[in-house]
Amino acid sequence: MDYLSLIVLLPVLSFILLVVFGKRLGDKSAYLSILAVGTAFGLSVKALLDVMGGARADLTFTWLTVGDLELTFGLLLDPLAGMMLVVVTFVSLLVQLFSVGYMHGDKRYGWFYACLSMFTASMLLLVFSPNFVQMYMAWEGVGLFSYLLVGFWFEKRSASNAAKKAFMVTRVGDLGFAIGLIILFLTAGTLDMSQVFAMKFAPETASLIAILFFFGAIGKSAQFPLHVWLPDAMEGPTPVSALIHAATMVAAGVYLVARAYPLFEQGPAAMEFVAIIGTITAFMAATIALTATDIKKILAYSTVSQLGYMMMGLGVGAFAAGTFHLMNHAFFKALLFLGAGSVIHAVHSQEIFDMGGLSRKMKITSLTFVIGGLALAGIPPFSGFWSKDEILLGAFDGGYMGIFAIGLLTALFTAFYTFRLIFVVFFGKARGHHADHVHESPAVMAVPLILLAVLALSTGLLGSPFTGYAYQSFILGGGFEHHTNYMVMGLSIGVAVLGIFGAWLKYSTNLLPSNVLSKNNIVYKLLVNNYYIDEIYEFTLVRPTHAIARYVLTFDQKVIDGAVNGVAKATARIGGGLKYVQTGYAQNYALVMVVSVVVLIIWSFRAMELF
Amino acid sequence: MIPLSYYLILSGVLFAIGMAGVLLRRNAVAVLLSVEIMLNSANLNFVAFSRYIAPEQASGQIFALFVMAVGAAEVAVGLALILMIYRNMQSVNLDQFNIFRW
Repeated sequence: MDYLSLIVLLPVLSFILLVVFGKRLGDKSAYLSILAVGTAFGLSVKALLDVMGGARADLTFTWLTVGDLELTFGLLLDPLAGMMLVVVTFVSLLVQLFSVGYMHGDKRYGWFYACLSMFTASMLLLVFSPNFVQMYMAWEGVGLFSYLLVGFWFEKRSASNAAKKAFMVTRVGDLGFAIGLIILFLTAGTLDMSQVFAMKFAPETASLIAILFFFGAIGKSAQFPLHVWLPDAMEGPTPVSALIHAATMVAAGVYLVARAYPLFEQGPAAMEFVAIIGTITAFMAATIALTATDIKKILAYSTVSQLGYMMMGLGVGAFAAGTFHLMNHAFFKALLFLGAGSVIHAVHSQEIFDMGGLSRKMKITSLTFVIGGLALAGIPPFSGFWSKDEILLGAFDGGYMGIFAIGLLTALFTAFYTFRLIFVVFFGKARGHHADHVHESPAVMAVPLILLAVLALSTGLLGSPFTGYAYQSFILGGGFEHHTNYMVMGLSIGVAVLGIFGAWLKYSTNLLPSNVLSKNNIVYKLLVNNYYIDEIYEFTLVRPTHAIARYVLTFDQKVIDGAVNGVAKATARIGGGLKYVQTGYAQNYALVMVVSVVVLIIWSFRAMELF
Repeated sequence: MIPLSYYLILSGVLFAIGMAGVLLRRNAVAVLLSVEIMLNSANLNFVAFSRYIAPEQASGQIFALFVMAVGAAEVAVGLALILMIYRNMQSVNLDQFNIFRW
């Protein structure tokens, strides 16, 4: 299993080479990075096949010893890690291919690929973590490189602000994660996953630690109330958005919950907390996406909503369904984002009402986008249907009727906003200034779209009756009993079809009077302003923090700097007075010396009482 | 035999004369001479103590020889310095040299 370390090391190597030679390589940097991640993908597939063949790996070596604490570093390979490895490397590979066309001619081309490589490497290290310390380190690495990539066009003020926001908001959650790690270490005495999971905790302790861990996931996976960074992160280049939204960064939070699942299962309160936060997030983000008009913002809120879905699934105990949705979502969301990138590349705008009728000129993009949209909306046999249905079934079986109902409503909204986007952008009349120049993207951008579309069509089948629920048995290590509930399945399909039909009625026909869904009501205002959450944070957190910072600044400048400057000034003043002692006459100095020696002699004689 | 205290008094007087010369003379050459007087008063002490306190050992005498050697070296350096000062300033009067003051 020695090749496992190569999966992480190859992208790291590419990062180092690109940092050193990136400027000189210019346009050729892409090939180096793609070669590295491509090889890593190949090795990941091999790893996945090995895992399917029953292989497991838990390679560790001692990294450092602090007192009784022994920190290890290593690689853990099990079904969950194997699945994530392939997803991460594959999406990263396609994103990097796509970027060859999208980022063409950018002046920091080499640096872009360096960041992408290291971003991928951090995520792979996170996936491989056999202990929580390594996971936390990789977790921070993912955060750092997402900061660099979101703020890649840092000359734009909004981009650098978005990067800072992403970094700081996720940091709030990371604090919870860090405290959770400390408490876990104090109670369990180890941070090694296999040892921790073998232990038995009191339900309260397990809940506390799990909820603190989940805080980290709330930040990274953009769950309510820390979801605010994700829509802003759209300021980064579109391929980066695809990578952040699909395979890395936001997937990290879900992966953490999935990875620490044995811990969560011991704390019923933590499970409920995860389910509730997930449900709130799924519903809230889906409603915001209904009114958004920026193509990337719609997709961003859709990601937030789908992540909420995954958390909901994990929280209600449907472990396989949650991770299954993670995988399916990675592929179809990467597809949708890259499709959006292709559209933006052609239209030079992100407003969906500046677009229209693109299906006539961009055949590949629109066809693949519709496939992604069907997967997101949850229409069988596309991938999203299978996992979403499983999550809803999990909620239904678990007896969480409220969560089940909200989940269905969210599915309805999801189908509606997805097809609102599709009908407005790809069908109907052409709009906007660039309508005449629209052209299909080059092959290097189209090929990843086609590959992802194939996956969006097919990955869902892995968890369907047609393959005998292969995915579920694989991830749970066999012994999966599935029962089909046609009522849930019917409802799930029904709401999806209803949502699409509604979108068609409203945005593709003139059948509805125009005052249906008008914009002059309080609900619309609330939604279009994202529930004013950013504004609430602005007034309750940002402004007070700024005010306190200003006071602290005054204290720093006046009191602390004053003390330091005062010492310096006093020294100069005293020196200025004493300098006249230095007359420059050698005999003066000699006289002072003689007098001093005489005084010392007299003084010491007195001390010895000689006279 | 002459008592030890006589030697010590002579040595003290010589030391005082030398010190007065160092502190009060203007001429740098005279200051150097005064330093030599102080060194030799110390030598006198060494020899006298050696003779009266530990006559079986010659350590005091040897020490005096060392002091002479060091003194000779010091005079060589000192005279060279004075020579250079004279070349540059056309004077060896110490009260004219205060270029190292504030």
